[in-house]
Amino acid sequence: MSVYEAVIGLELHVELATATKLFCSCPNEFGAEPNTNVCPVCLGLPGSLPVLNARAVELALRLAEALDFDVPDRSIFARKNYFYPDMPKDFQISQYESPILSDGRLEVDGATVGIERAHLEEDTGKTVHMGGGGRIHDAEHSLVDYNRAGVPLMEIVSRPDIRSAEQARAYVTELRGVLKAIGLSDVKMEEGSMRVDANVSVREAGAAEFGTKVEIKNMNSLRSLGRAIEHEIERQSAMLDAGERIIQETRHWNEDDGTTHGMRTKEGSSDYRYFPEPDLTPVAPTDEQRAAVRGALPELPAQQRSRLVALGVPEAAARTIVEAELTTYTTSATVSTATTADVANWVQGEVLARVNAEDADPEEKLPAARLGELVDLVAEGTISRAQAKEVFDQVWGTSKVPREVVKDQGLAQVSDEGELAKVIDDIITANPKESDAYRAGDDKARGKLQGFFIGQAMKATGGKANGQLLKKLLDDRLG
Amino acid sequence: MTQTALDIAADVRARRRSAREVVDEHLATIEAREGEVHAFNAVLAEEARRTADAVDGSIAAGDDPGPLAGVPVVVKDNMCTRGIPTTCGSRILEGWRPPYDATVVERLREAGAVLVGKTNLDEFAMGSSTENSAFGPTGNPHDLARVPGGSSGGSAAAVAAGFAPLALGSDTGGSIRQPAALCGVVGVKPTYGLVSRYGLVAFASSLDQIGPFASTVADAAAALDAIAVPDPRDSTCIPDARPAYVEALQTGADGLRVGIVEELTEADGVEPEVRNAVERAASVLEAGGAHVDRVSVPSAVYGISAYYLIAPAEASSNLARYDGVRYGLRVEGEDVGTMNARTRAAGFGDEVKRRIMLGTYALSAGYFDAYYGKAQKVRTLIIRDFARAYETHNVLLAPTTPTVAFKLGEKTSDPLAMYLSDVCTVPSSLAGHPAMSVPFGTGADNLPVGVQVLAPPLAEVIMLRTAQALEESVR
Repeated sequence: MSVYEAVIGLELHVELATATKLFCSCPNEFGAEPNTNVCPVCLGLPGSLPVLNARAVELALRLAEALDFDVPDRSIFARKNYFYPDMPKDFQISQYESPILSDGRLEVDGATVGIERAHLEEDTGKTVHMGGGGRIHDAEHSLVDYNRAGVPLMEIVSRPDIRSAEQARAYVTELRGVLKAIGLSDVKMEEGSMRVDANVSVREAGAAEFGTKVEIKNMNSLRSLGRAIEHEIERQSAMLDAGERIIQETRHWNEDDGTTHGMRTKEGSSDYRYFPEPDLTPVAPTDEQRAAVRGALPELPAQQRSRLVALGVPEAAARTIVEAELTTYTTSATVSTATTADVANWVQGEVLARVNAEDADPEEKLPAARLGELVDLVAEGTISRAQAKEVFDQVWGTSKVPREVVKDQGLAQVSDEGELAKVIDDIITANPKESDAYRAGDDKARGKLQGFFIGQAMKATGGKANGQLLKKLLDDRLG
Repeated sequence: MTQTALDIAADVRARRRSAREVVDEHLATIEAREGEVHAFNAVLAEEARRTADAVDGSIAAGDDPGPLAGVPVVVKDNMCTRGIPTTCGSRILEGWRPPYDATVVERLREAGAVLVGKTNLDEFAMGSSTENSAFGPTGNPHDLARVPGGSSGGSAAAVAAGFAPLALGSDTGGSIRQPAALCGVVGVKPTYGLVSRYGLVAFASSLDQIGPFASTVADAAAALDAIAVPDPRDSTCIPDARPAYVEALQTGADGLRVGIVEELTEADGVEPEVRNAVERAASVLEAGGAHVDRVSVPSAVYGISAYYLIAPAEASSNLARYDGVRYGLRVEGEDVGTMNARTRAAGFGDEVKRRIMLGTYALSAGYFDAYYGKAQKVRTLIIRDFARAYETHNVLLAPTTPTVAFKLGEKTSDPLAMYLSDVCTVPSSLAGHPAMSVPFGTGADNLPVGVQVLAPPLAEVIMLRTAQALEESVR
């Protein structure tokens, strides 16, 4: 058995988050009544003409800045010709030989993944087959909804620089973060605003030539992308081990049985008869346009992570926070760098759990400044971490202020030195054996006994004693 | 003598005549002769009377209905009219009523013009005789046994027959100029991008251009004033302001530098009478003070070959949408592919099918470079050769068509012979330049002959001036 290396390239298709469609002013929205977001242009009625959405170009230029793409002086649209009932013109306006962006790159966990191109194209309508279990061959009739026809899409094609399923997932995660950060797309894979196809081949480790590639489609989550790639690597490796040849083909990922299977293809390959779209002029972004985009580019995930880490957020927490788009929330909640790590801990813990569970905007549920206040209450010793959790539950989703909750409910820790000294003295008197052991003990023994004394003190104060102060008082007396 | 559009508008605006009266007169002329000419796919008598009454109403109310107030106009039936069938001379659009007006139709309405009908054409504007219409051919008003030219034959015939003083046509390779010449009227193909194509059902998008037919050059200028405006709905429509064409009209040829295009005037098949007309036109301009010589545009001879690759290629894609799914004709089949095929087999005529096949072939993998790619290079050469000619000339002269109007049925069995009637008009189309045909005497059988005036991009003003100088000499 040989050792194989996988070679993977990914094609991402994302829906652009524009207000209107790519070539007309119909709303680009999901979920409207069928055939209501349509006009002569996106229905491809005779005589209608496309006009390019300037916003789509602007989003592409943002991506150029984010991923270090080359922006050609002129790119052109092309017609991809084929018949399909949900395609109003029976051709798709896409880009072929001259895409709007070429030769970009993305850093993924220290490795660079090259990106060959990114181009703009229009989406098609949606066909629904009625009767016969919703399958085209058994259907009684089919209905077409053209609301999606003309929705702007971007296809982003990586170079075959990816070597594992894990790296593929990391690439998609990082790219998705970028697309979200620059406002290019909602990139919701599960809702279909992002789709990923993978080109996978294997070769003997160290070989210079690529193996025969297989395209896998139909993965609807990051998890299934990883599983599908892993499965395909195993399948191809086993074939090579058995002396079989890999066939270049497109295979469908089956989520249920965790395998890929070949798609039935028609005889011969499709000829889309691409030619330049004569109804559109070339896209020629000006230097001014590019400068304007550059000046207004939002902070990218990698930059956000560095900033958080520089503020004192641990690397792993920073990754979680940036991915969850809670960077601004975190930095807004941070009053001083001394508490940044605490804030980050709250954000990636309680806040993120609530945000996910409630699909909520955290700023609306608990303004960042109030989270900061809560963290401060712990840091300054007013309340314990356990009390803070109680306060958090009370202020989340309400208009209550943490400091007032603490005051109103008498939650403040007992930090009166005289009061706590008396508690400690009583416990020492009542437990002479432990007290002697503490005095005589080494650090390890003291550590264990400290827990005993603090526990007793907490019990005596109903959990409200200031732990730090208790430790100090104990040391004063027995150390 | 037919009334000019400018005279009618002046009379109506000055309340010397009502728009209703004008429209009724024209409807009466249509009633009398349409049976034999068959210029129309639809006469919109009721709608025309309603519009005319509205024009009169607005004048009575003291408003100005616009520079074409009360002028009857007809448009080729490949321009969308809201709620009114737009057939493109094809069965495949059976029953389809566009939900919107083409930009040019909007512009005509805004100028106060009165739409009286949709004119016949070769199916999807593919042809040079209007015999390819699914609704039967149009006759030439000068001799009903002859073709009016095409593809805008209905519009040319309508103006020649006095059905309307103004008509709109579309010109892809000569479809305005050629029928204008054969019907003895003025026909203008403007610079590509001067007039919005929004609402013009596409044949070959990079070549299609809307323009006017009229009985005088001044009327054609007036029509251009109405329709040649920037339009954000057409990305290829030039965004800059246009000159006011009627105002800019000058008389006389003094100082013009005019070239006779050798390759087009000497082309095979150009009849002596036609060649003579070009020579006489040159003499008239020379006598008027123009400097005239002969000029070579060498690549023009490849125009037809390049055109019959580029235009069908674009058409094969533009006409894909007529698949029976959304509108127009549907012939049912057991699955969607069969339905598509049956619909297209039944809905399209032979010439359209021929060009879809030619174009599909020209774009196919492995043939693209040799056909479509090479044709685009020829196009670049033609533009370069014209540019060279225009370095030393303001305008060029050439025949519009090689012959006078030919007989109905004469060329229907020989597509290549039919294609060659575009030999003189195709080069300007490929270059995207303006060109027009102006009536200039008669040829064989006393039939009209047109002379073509060609000009560089956006030089419509000097082109119209040259044409007017010729028009004055024959009046």
